[in-house]
Amino acid sequence: MSDHEFTPKSKFGKWFNDRLPLLTLRNHLTEYPTPKNLNYWWTFGAILTFCLIAQIITGIILAMHYVATSGLAFESVEHIMRDVNYGWLIRYFHANGSSMFFLAVYIHIFRSLYYGSHKSPRELIWVIGMIIYFLMMMTAFMGYVLPWGQMSFWAATVITNLFSAVPFIGDSITNWLWGGFAVDSPTLTRFYALHYLFPFLILGLVILHIWALHIPGNNNPIGIDLKHPSKDKVPFHPYIVIKDLYALLIFLIIFAFFVFYSPNLLGHPDNYIEANPMVTPNHIVPEWYLLPFYAILRSIPDKLFGVIAMFGSIFVLVILPWLDTSKVRSAIFRPLYKQFYWFLVADVLILGYVGAMPAEGLYLLVARVATAYYFLHFLVILPVLGAKERTLDVPLSLTEPVLEGSPNESTLKEKKEN
Amino acid sequence: MKNLFKFILFFTMFLIYGFNSIAAEKSHKLLEPSWSFKGFFGKFDRAQLQRGYQVYTEVCSACHSVKYLSYRNLSQPGGPEFSEQQAKIIASQFEVIDGPNSDGEMFTRPARLSDKFVGSYANEQAATAANGGAYPPDMSVLVKARQGGADYIYSVLMGYEDPPSGITLDDGVYYNKYMPGNSIKMAKPLSAEAVEYADGTDASEKQMAKDVVAFLAWAAEPHLEARHKIGFRAIIYLFIITVLVYFSMKKLWSRIESKV
Amino acid sequence: MSEDKKTNRRDFIFTASYALGAVGVGAVAWPLIDQMNPDASVKALASTEVDISGVERGQSITVLWRSKPVFIRRRTEEEITKAKKVNLKDLKHPEKDEDRAKNPEWLVMLGVCTHLGCVPLGDKGEYGGWFCPCHGSHYDTSGRIRKGPAPTNMEVPKYEFLNSNTIKIG
Repeated sequence: MSDHEFTPKSKFGKWFNDRLPLLTLRNHLTEYPTPKNLNYWWTFGAILTFCLIAQIITGIILAMHYVATSGLAFESVEHIMRDVNYGWLIRYFHANGSSMFFLAVYIHIFRSLYYGSHKSPRELIWVIGMIIYFLMMMTAFMGYVLPWGQMSFWAATVITNLFSAVPFIGDSITNWLWGGFAVDSPTLTRFYALHYLFPFLILGLVILHIWALHIPGNNNPIGIDLKHPSKDKVPFHPYIVIKDLYALLIFLIIFAFFVFYSPNLLGHPDNYIEANPMVTPNHIVPEWYLLPFYAILRSIPDKLFGVIAMFGSIFVLVILPWLDTSKVRSAIFRPLYKQFYWFLVADVLILGYVGAMPAEGLYLLVARVATAYYFLHFLVILPVLGAKERTLDVPLSLTEPVLEGSPNESTLKEKKEN
Repeated sequence: MKNLFKFILFFTMFLIYGFNSIAAEKSHKLLEPSWSFKGFFGKFDRAQLQRGYQVYTEVCSACHSVKYLSYRNLSQPGGPEFSEQQAKIIASQFEVIDGPNSDGEMFTRPARLSDKFVGSYANEQAATAANGGAYPPDMSVLVKARQGGADYIYSVLMGYEDPPSGITLDDGVYYNKYMPGNSIKMAKPLSAEAVEYADGTDASEKQMAKDVVAFLAWAAEPHLEARHKIGFRAIIYLFIITVLVYFSMKKLWSRIESKV
Repeated sequence: MSEDKKTNRRDFIFTASYALGAVGVGAVAWPLIDQMNPDASVKALASTEVDISGVERGQSITVLWRSKPVFIRRRTEEEITKAKKVNLKDLKHPEKDEDRAKNPEWLVMLGVCTHLGCVPLGDKGEYGGWFCPCHGSHYDTSGRIRKGPAPTNMEVPKYEFLNSNTIKIG
């Protein structure tokens, strides 16, 4: 993928580029050969980049008006909503933007799972992506604490209390996190500082994520390696740029419906009650995008093992490239995997649903079954499928029909030619 | 097309998801009167907000504060839209603690437009003590702080009835059909003609309940009308530019499609 | 011929998209910029009422208005006469005393030096008025600049007497 042939047109351009090759970078990003058969599930990378930038901009603006002490936090948010010019718009944008960000990231992740984008040679892209996802969850968790409503306070209490499950040093860790003996103003101020910081860590990781992607190039719906150069690829600008823009606009329409017509639909009414350490809400629930993990956490009766299971569910995703051993990437050619994929989707949705319900009776039973199935999918089903599945024949190129030979042979053949 | 359907399917599930993540135990299906501010083109009814303000002041403010409202909000567009002069007069009827003065003492003065609404109690503890240990919640965002919103508050106001046989409640506790747990420490606040409306509207219980809830809905969302207006323009704009970009995209891709 | 037609149509759709896009960017940018403008609660404090009943002749008080100091001075007859006697030609910023203090007994002005914004000290300076210690500007008994680097007289804000005991500034 070497394009050192690029030379800037102007003298100043040459001078500058020799010292800091930004123009070469721009040229690379513009010409970057992208498979032309990408479908709309591939537009969510660009959508996510937009979400990140938008959250950062609206977040910094909110930070100009928000006050991060327990006595004034709730009031400062009301000040933003009522007095700051367009404050209500920026706040609703940022709050709903968080939900849209996670909606996009889940579609993006599930796209990868379906088309095998996590497989060799893209394992690091996947791992970096998982780190980004983890940081996103931490950022969102801390951000939700900032308005200092009942849910803010009690979600913070429940989740930080989890660390007391660590043997011997659990209580010390929790007091260290709190900066006190319970969630209070010191907890709030440090969450604010970190909530401001993490998105910039995410931004750096996103750059690494895209850089790592540009080495092998994009995957595509049929999951085959495309030669380089290839007539099956198009320059990123303008072809992919405009497609991403179109998808982004559709995304923004949905976003706009939330912001302008149902800005509180995805939130919880209890968060409009000021935090009260003496009164616990009837049902403490996190925002919808954290519900599956909440369900896994509550499904294990033991506190420590619940925490381990919850972090384990993320860890199991991180090591996915080494669990999913199939040589065939795209689920289009993996009929059995395709079925299990949809089971996984259903499983995650079920986990999310029971995560919002009280952890008792039938809900608890379903949560336990769904949790067990989740781990079964990654730790047992995927490796077994990789060894045993009879995959369909994979085409050799986007336009050539499948020639004879087993799928493994044709993919091996591809690799040899490269 | 197939992918579009899939996307819509996911999206609908996502919406239902969102709804269910705030699952509440609904004791009874709530009363659902028609509200002028509901729906895409919802607006507040000025006269209703003014009546609602009157009900709040004469009935509710004895116990409930609205500490995030300022008196100037009463004359701002999108609300009851009293004139600035009327709002000033309203404000001046309340006493605000100010200071310290140059002697180091706190003093009281009449409220101005820039002041926040004055509450009946000095602080939350005083309010709780004066109401049998139950704090009458501040109502600035109450409509957003309850599952069911305006419908819920209206239902509670209209939901007082005799407890069913077999249920006895302590003194100072009342039976309410729509309150979770069915017991509430607020006595029925509204009775017919409790208020004499300045505009002559008949002050039935239902009317007062509707008016005060509309007022509270405005108090919780003073920018609702601007939000609807800007939202309409934003979404129309997005639709138009999406169509333009779609055709640009088709035009652009047709260049290479033909070469294959 | 058809090539030209193709070009026209293609250009139009792109141009239209760009143009509408620019409008959208502007519409989005405005709230992001406007949010930094003074918000409603700040604008509500745009005017202040001051109780002047305790101010004796020859006494000054300083109040805060829009986060800036305002000097309110109840001048003596001597100060008033001195202010009116000044020849306008001697002033860097010619202003008649009557225009600055409609009620000559009361001088109301922003206590901010028009040079670089320091707060001048009262009853100091060579002209019986104020002296700014930062860079040596001297103001007279009408708050007019007489000596030093300040370019204009201390600003007189909009104010009115609501009654004999109260001034409303702003």
